Amino acid sequence: MPSSRDVVFVDGVRTPFGRSGPKGLYAETRADDLVVRVIRELMRRNPALPPERVDEVAIAATTQIGDQGLTIGRSAAVLAGLPKSVPGYAIDRMCAGAMTAVTTVAGGIAFGAYDVAIAGGVEHMGRHPMGEGVDPNPRFLSEKLVDPSALVMGMTAENLHDRHPTITKERADAYAVLSQEKVAKAYADGKIQPDLVPTAVRTAEKGWGLATQDEAPRPGTTLEALGTLKTPFRPHGHVTAGNSSGINDGATGCVVAAADVAAELGLTPKMRLVSYAFAGVDPEVMGVGPIPSTERALRLANLEMSDIGLIEINEAFAVQVLAFLEHFGLADDDPRVNPYGGAIAFGHPLASSGVRLMTQLARQFGERPDVRYGITTMCVGMGMGGTVIWENLA
Amino acid sequence: MSTLDTWRALLTERATDEVVTKALVRDVELPGGAGTMALITLDNGFDHTKPNTFGPHGLFALNGALSEIAERTDLAAVGVTGKPFVFGVGADLKGAAALTTREEALAIGALGHHVFRRLGELGVPSFAFVNGAAMGGGLEVALHCTYRTISSGVPAVALPECSLGLVPGWGGTQLLPRLTGPANAIKLIVENPLAQNRMTRGREAFELGVADALFEPADFLEESLRWAARVLTGEVTVERPDHTAADWDKVVADARFLVDMKLHGAAPAPYRALDLVALARTASRDEGFAAEDEALADLLLSDELRAGLYSFDLVQRRARRPAGAPDASLARKVTKVGVVGAGLMASQMALLFARRLQVPVVLTDLDQARLDKGVSYVHAEVDKLAGKGRVSPDQANRLKALVTGSLTKDAFADADFVIEAVFEDLTVKKQVFAEVEAVVRADCVLATNTSSLSVTAMGEDLAHPERLVGFHFFNPVAVMPLLEIVRGGATDDATLATAFAVGKALKKSSVLVKDAPAFVVNRLLTRFMGEVIGAVDEGTPLEAAEHALDRLGLPMTPFALLQLVGPAVGLHVAETLHEAFPDRFGVSANLAKLVAAGKPGVYRPDFSLDEEAVALFAGGSGVADGPSTADQVRVRVLRALAGEIRIMLDEGVVAAPQDIDLCMILGAGWPFHLGGITPYLDRAGHSPSRFLPPGVASLPA
Repeated sequence: MPSSRDVVFVDGVRTPFGRSGPKGLYAETRADDLVVRVIRELMRRNPALPPERVDEVAIAATTQIGDQGLTIGRSAAVLAGLPKSVPGYAIDRMCAGAMTAVTTVAGGIAFGAYDVAIAGGVEHMGRHPMGEGVDPNPRFLSEKLVDPSALVMGMTAENLHDRHPTITKERADAYAVLSQEKVAKAYADGKIQPDLVPTAVRTAEKGWGLATQDEAPRPGTTLEALGTLKTPFRPHGHVTAGNSSGINDGATGCVVAAADVAAELGLTPKMRLVSYAFAGVDPEVMGVGPIPSTERALRLANLEMSDIGLIEINEAFAVQVLAFLEHFGLADDDPRVNPYGGAIAFGHPLASSGVRLMTQLARQFGERPDVRYGITTMCVGMGMGGTVIWENLA
Repeated sequence: MSTLDTWRALLTERATDEVVTKALVRDVELPGGAGTMALITLDNGFDHTKPNTFGPHGLFALNGALSEIAERTDLAAVGVTGKPFVFGVGADLKGAAALTTREEALAIGALGHHVFRRLGELGVPSFAFVNGAAMGGGLEVALHCTYRTISSGVPAVALPECSLGLVPGWGGTQLLPRLTGPANAIKLIVENPLAQNRMTRGREAFELGVADALFEPADFLEESLRWAARVLTGEVTVERPDHTAADWDKVVADARFLVDMKLHGAAPAPYRALDLVALARTASRDEGFAAEDEALADLLLSDELRAGLYSFDLVQRRARRPAGAPDASLARKVTKVGVVGAGLMASQMALLFARRLQVPVVLTDLDQARLDKGVSYVHAEVDKLAGKGRVSPDQANRLKALVTGSLTKDAFADADFVIEAVFEDLTVKKQVFAEVEAVVRADCVLATNTSSLSVTAMGEDLAHPERLVGFHFFNPVAVMPLLEIVRGGATDDATLATAFAVGKALKKSSVLVKDAPAFVVNRLLTRFMGEVIGAVDEGTPLEAAEHALDRLGLPMTPFALLQLVGPAVGLHVAETLHEAFPDRFGVSANLAKLVAAGKPGVYRPDFSLDEEAVALFAGGSGVADGPSTADQVRVRVLRALAGEIRIMLDEGVVAAPQDIDLCMILGAGWPFHLGGITPYLDRAGHSPSRFLPPGVASLPA
């Protein structure tokens, strides 16, 4: 058994993301079917990977009940037609679920326990609204372990504006407009479509259809329009539906492998995992999580932020991205950051988003062989951040 | 008035209870820049337990959707698929039964053609994505499309029309032979319907050439759409051989010969279907579809079809809700079964109980060698099932462990259901049940597989006669779908309910019958045989009598049936019935001679007549009547059957003529086109008075 070996990201795909709710793309589509579709597309796109060589299927979901329950990694593997010999499990770190699925199987690969794994995530926030079935321990509040606002993500974003008075609502809105513009351009340039899995959708009323692109982006969004939106988390606050990610449905997945096994099988890896880190912060300002996790990941990799050529940061809220940029001395419109736009436009089906960041980074690496390192990072509810640093293999 | 309006007026005014299959249209952006497809979903708004069917309203709905699609100029293709698990299962049969005039019958055929053929005649290619069950008109929708994909998960692809008395006449007989060649088409159109309505699965249908591409169910629609896009962009080319150049005559003639062997002209539909298939090689679409319209109109107004629809309803509905069965909630749980006897019948029953109930089954016999033989028969059968992949190795181990043998009946102490399959003798059976009752609990159900003895008499000396019930299987036990469940004089509701519950768990169709000699199937078959043998005894040549009823299309000739049952068993039942009804049931001395001679019947193993056996029947037995013609034999047999059925109904042996017919269809394999038998007796004028009012299994008056 090798004591440690290089881990590579081979390929990633996702379903188009839908808006949650009774009129959304996936209103009558099961969450596990979204995962099945992703797994089958990964196998189809990588014919050099024999199905029986998949050693693990790790699928994240925040709410692990109903069609996201039943140990979704295993049940989706069976439903996808992978050999019964392929095991699977479910994983949860809320928004960083898929990211954690990748880092966890990567740890197993580096240790020599696996050669190849599928990692991904799903969240059908229409079928499973945020907080469904949660039962917080009363000690959180009685002992003041967390602030009462910690469990409401929008309130934590407002708290972050308090911490960074220089990040105004106008800056947040301007960032959101930019995100929408970048997504529209990426779509127009055909950067997004190649990694989407067209997914059959059906409603009793309309019959069968096919989801081929994200439902959430609002191209043409203007600063003026954003200025008129309500601030539901605070009267006269900062955080609006326009400068936050939405409530979405979707699934992602990727193939992660030991570098030597990828070579043996003839797979073509796109990125090498350099380091990863997770960090905890005060839950009431969970949005700052990516700062300590990134610092730690850079330290582990013996790199500086100046070594990083591309950054894929999840846009749960504009304020949380801006806090990250300010900390590292990057401009609000730094071209290295989210070149195809981010979750404010694409949407953020919680546990699935981590692999979307990686898939987009891999495609950007392909276009930018001059860039050596990139990072994927995101904030996590209950006060956490996660960061993965990747090396470009293109 | 336009033609469509005429059809609308003719067909839609009355058909108010049609469950309408809607045609939902949604645009789909095809992958790879192949353009926009208008995707039609066929959906009647119910789940898969109520599959999509086509009546006039559904046809007009699809027509409307196609009209809107035809107006558009932005489409690259049109697609059709079904609701989850179901594509479409054919015409609305209730509506078909409501048609009474030739004008209406012609209209429903023509309307179907008018709508379906548009799918193949749009300006853009059409694709059927067969995601679930596709039968009859449902499959024809797919056949009209330019291309077809099918899911390997589809459980049923079929054109079952001929089994009912129709032809797949909404294009099926014309399109399918050209697509797959005549041999494969005839398999689907004629052979399978006449072979217990055999269904093909998705993969087999694909291999027969019904579909151009096969995809797995997990992402069937997505991959079908991707394939359609590649067809449109030219990345995939569909090659189809031209079958019309070949000579179809031999294939069609061979098929006609086989149909004739089975039916002797008794049912018109398969013959019409073969005529239409033969026509398809050279006919234009207009000619072919017009010929289908004519055939449909003729058949829709035939009594054979009405009897077919009646039979279909019996086996689909009445068989599932047996008339007179007590409330199912009264049934007791069965967790262990005892079988008295270890002969062939007993062993077959033990295997069936073990497979279906998945509970321990104990066989008992007084003789260790017989017991060992019985248990090893079951184990060998389980191994055969495992060899064919019908059960897994683990399941085989489980089944073998479930079936054991015991020399003593104390192994029944914790059984909930004990059935006997010992020698057909009242004293023996009473003795058996006395021994069983000595060891079992007071609420253990006792069942007898007797085919002719009185259940009431069998229970007379029991401490608890209320738990005794007749449970009459047909041979071979694993195959024949009928169970006659006999209520004895003392049988209580809980026992009866348990018997019905066990019957259902065994996947049999149960019919409640009164404790009357030989119950239903054996009584009628014995009466039938008795009249045929009687005619032979009187000097009618055996071969003439043997084929006197060919034109009914029964599954077997009388002496072939005798051979299957065994002359000794046949004689025994005849004697029992003679004892009960000496006026109507004779005992043939010649049959007794055949049994005494140890002959298995009048046929040799190669189905040639055994002259020695025939000679035993020759020359008459001194009865005055003398030889009859075949026609006379036929009339005599049918009159006798009609008379016997009338008496049975008067005696209350079953609740209604429908139960007689259900028994004859499921227990004797009598055909749909006869409606079992009473619809035929009514329409051929042999009933003393009609069994069923006009319109029930015949055209309305």
